[in-house]
Amino acid sequence: MVCETYFSGNSVVHRLDPRAKLVAAVAFSAVVATSYRTPVLIAALALAIALALAAGLPAGPLWRRLAAVNAFVLLAAALLPFSTPGAPLVWVGSVPYTVEGLVLGARIAAKTNAIVLVVTALLSTVEITRLGHAMSHLRLPSKLIHLMLMTVRYVDLLHHEYHRLATAMKVRGFRPRATLHTYRSLGNLVGMLLVRSFDRSQRIVAAMKCRGFNGRFYVLDHFRFAARDAVFAVLTVLVTAGLLVGEYAWPIR
Amino acid sequence: MELSGVHFAYDGASPVLAGADFRLDAGQRVAVVGPTGSGKTTLLHLMVGLLRPTAGTIRLFGRARHEESEFAEVRGRVGLLFQDAEDQLFCPTVAEDVAFGPLNQGKKRDEAVEIVRRTLASLGLSGYEDRVTYHLSGGEKRLVSLATVLAMEPEILLLDEPTTGLDERTVGRIVAILSHLPQAMVVISHQKDFLRQVTQTTVHLRDRRLTPGETGPAAP
Repeated sequence: MVCETYFSGNSVVHRLDPRAKLVAAVAFSAVVATSYRTPVLIAALALAIALALAAGLPAGPLWRRLAAVNAFVLLAAALLPFSTPGAPLVWVGSVPYTVEGLVLGARIAAKTNAIVLVVTALLSTVEITRLGHAMSHLRLPSKLIHLMLMTVRYVDLLHHEYHRLATAMKVRGFRPRATLHTYRSLGNLVGMLLVRSFDRSQRIVAAMKCRGFNGRFYVLDHFRFAARDAVFAVLTVLVTAGLLVGEYAWPIR
Repeated sequence: MELSGVHFAYDGASPVLAGADFRLDAGQRVAVVGPTGSGKTTLLHLMVGLLRPTAGTIRLFGRARHEESEFAEVRGRVGLLFQDAEDQLFCPTVAEDVAFGPLNQGKKRDEAVEIVRRTLASLGLSGYEDRVTYHLSGGEKRLVSLATVLAMEPEILLLDEPTTGLDERTVGRIVAILSHLPQAMVVISHQKDFLRQVTQTTVHLRDRRLTPGETGPAAP
């Protein structure tokens, strides 16, 4: 199933209240994303690595996720020294390659990795349905939550439907080529998926109506805020406050 | 429940039903048989007001029903089990899906949790509460769908091919469950054995009308 690579596990991080984790992930990301000071970013990255270790995230999928993100970041970081004014490190032809640019690139890399690690450690360790429940307890717009939960519920089904159709095409000898026939057939495939999804959505609405749906969803799950969650919440406040102080109030640069 | 002279056609298509009459009394179990595409599912959808007849009347619980609001009133009393369980189970967890109907009926959270527990237990599904609906097997999905319908304590059950695509054991389980239920039922199926075990009379849907089966009562 999609998006469920990390949720299994039983670390302290896994057992935290999803509401606390969601708030912490958002607060940390907001502070780090707006930060520009190198020491603050180094501290944030160190914290993020520590959290990822505490969550015991599986190495393979984590590296793959980081590699995907860093491919973009490294490209940007490699090109930034050309466009950032400052002291030239080397000259490439007549264009300076600046130290300031390299520092800026490193900052962006630190920032991005810190956020990805924290979000992965905190949010990927929550089962997606529980995340939806947490969002609803935090009074986030219910339309947003139900859009997310319905998507999770039906994206898999659509995926299966796509595979069934694609297999049916294959057994009748369909091979994708750069021909008009291919484009037309693929167009039919996508069109059929859309039509089927629409039909299905109508049937789901009918099924919901039969059970007296009146526009409201109810949440059964209730979370218990344990002592460790309180500790985690206090830590979150201290860490974000610390980062903010480092960013805006610390006198030495 | 009574249908008299019901006509129905989907927009711009030739009529599916033309002058269909049907009657279901308390505790009665009727099988509706007919070729695929003859309008059996349409018939069930008309019975709960998901579709509106172009002519004729539908009486439910002693009153003719025409408007959506008149049907909405009795939705909880007529339980429709859909052909595809995937359409019926849309909540993340089993407990939430089963509780959805009772909560819509205005039950309190604690009552709903109790109904969920009781309904699942009666179907031999205890312990399924926190299971994620999309991880269930085909048979489990069908049984949970039945639980979501039964949780609303309907007086009439409309079952649209409840055993299609299921293995013998699950079919056996469904037969055992259905034979112990007190509700009146309308059952659509192509499996003759199954119909013989759960229904008493047969109605044929052919030539856009409903005619009583020649076989008469089929119950042992």
